[in-house]
Amino acid sequence: MASASVIGFSSPAVARRIAPWRYLQGGLKGSEYNWAIAFLVPYVAVFLTFVVYPAFYGLWMGSDPSLYTELFSDPIYQSTVVNTLLFIGIAVNLKMFCALLMSGFFMRRGWWVKALLMIYVLPWAVPALPTFISIHWMLNGEWGLLNNAIYQIFNVDGPSWLNSRWFALGSAIYSHIWKWMPFWTVILLAGRMAIPQELYDAAKVDGASGWRQFVHINFPLLANLYLICTLLSTIFTLGDFNSVFFISGGGPANSTHVLATLGIRDAFDLAKPRLGVAAVMSALPLMIPVVIVLMRKLRTAEVQL
Amino acid sequence: MAFGVLVVVWTLLPLYNMVMVALESHGDVFTDAIWPPHPSFASFWIVVTEGYWYLEFFWHQFGNSLYVGAAVTILTLLIGSLASFSIGRMRIRYGWLVSNAALLTYVIPASFLAIPFYRIMQNYGLANNLWSVIFAEVTFATPYGIFIFSQYGRSIPIELDESARIDGASPIQIYFHIYLPMMAPALVAVGTYALLLAWNEYLYQFLLLSSKRSMTVPVALAQFLNSDEAPWNYMMATAIVYALPPLAIYYAFRGRMTAGLTMGGVKG
Repeated sequence: MASASVIGFSSPAVARRIAPWRYLQGGLKGSEYNWAIAFLVPYVAVFLTFVVYPAFYGLWMGSDPSLYTELFSDPIYQSTVVNTLLFIGIAVNLKMFCALLMSGFFMRRGWWVKALLMIYVLPWAVPALPTFISIHWMLNGEWGLLNNAIYQIFNVDGPSWLNSRWFALGSAIYSHIWKWMPFWTVILLAGRMAIPQELYDAAKVDGASGWRQFVHINFPLLANLYLICTLLSTIFTLGDFNSVFFISGGGPANSTHVLATLGIRDAFDLAKPRLGVAAVMSALPLMIPVVIVLMRKLRTAEVQL
Repeated sequence: MAFGVLVVVWTLLPLYNMVMVALESHGDVFTDAIWPPHPSFASFWIVVTEGYWYLEFFWHQFGNSLYVGAAVTILTLLIGSLASFSIGRMRIRYGWLVSNAALLTYVIPASFLAIPFYRIMQNYGLANNLWSVIFAEVTFATPYGIFIFSQYGRSIPIELDESARIDGASPIQIYFHIYLPMMAPALVAVGTYALLLAWNEYLYQFLLLSSKRSMTVPVALAQFLNSDEAPWNYMMATAIVYALPPLAIYYAFRGRMTAGLTMGGVKG
């Protein structure tokens, strides 16, 4: 795996042959069994105290049906649902597709490709909040860098990015893609690198061109990984609070909220925590199927490895 | 090559903006300049000497961030490795239930649990306490740790455990003398992940920490935004100082990080 050094991962889980899992000989003996339970106790305690309890507390908070009548009749909520669907639909697919293309690009050899990759992963390595605040100011209509640059180059005034619903939502989507595309590129790149070189060599002998290589080698081998990544990214994007909160702040006039920010706004700005929980819970019909498919996929992937 | 230039511009634009504004004086920020007319490090000096009223507790808050980051890292490694040792090496009965619980936690967005979590922390009397944030972040970092540890653990021969057992080693001895040393690369990967998660996280820190002395840097930084005339040059200088530690750690451990992140799906 010489080319793996591009991002230098020693990828033991991929490269090494993995022995089949088996039980200790003779199973656990009395005192060992107690140890095994003791080792598990801290995590189970964390899970029960900080996942199960809040989850049920949330279900209880959002269990009153009248909350949902109040919620669904709120015009801000209605536009929020549209925003959330647009945000997920555009951000996830655009990001994953670009990441797929970029991962293909970074398979090339050469020092400048390696150097470029080091720069390319910066958005992921820099903490979210500082860069989002920077983007917020960069998009300022009057004094922001982007409009200054547009004025210097084209001698026209750029739009005030954060003052109209669609520009502001687009800016939030842009920030999300900017922040998270490198992460998924690296994952897909690792997936591409796990494909044995012999397959490409054989394809070359058979005279397969770049496109046919993609259809017959890359696509079948990457399809499962791409699907898992897309589903995982859908969930993560659904829960993305920062890109909307710091770029548009839900504004102008609460027109660019997504469910994650609307829940927090209802709970803390309007001091209606139950309504906030209801807003978040209304995402469950979308979330549960994705989680179920994802759980199955991740489990089988784990077994195959 | 043109494509490479495009990628660089796309990637660096917000970061360039951060550096540019940090190097400007307050007056220069509100001009149509696209590079700093009179670059100076004055803003950084203001930040490190806490010379502005919004920054009066900067180093204290930076210490809070470090404290949270270190505690989250240690607890995630400890809890995660103990659990995966019990599930993966000792093969405790019903261990699969716990790994499924961890997997489920991994695929729930943290922000969706924030409101009930806040209420519960009030009930526990941990409001405005760094430990409430530490618990929240450990909760969301550990599942990933268990996931990676169990995958990596399978590349370590179980015969090592068995021979130690025949020599009369107790499980805790096997954990310390065989499991942890063999797992070192995975521990580095998960540790880096946990630290970066703590450094990246905003929502829980914002909700759970309210007083100036208990705040972490991101919460204090976001407070600037609400002030009438945001001092953008100080904010950006603060942002850069805050971003440097994770950058250094990321580039130091970058190899090990991505190793874990490839996940099981790679094999298709």
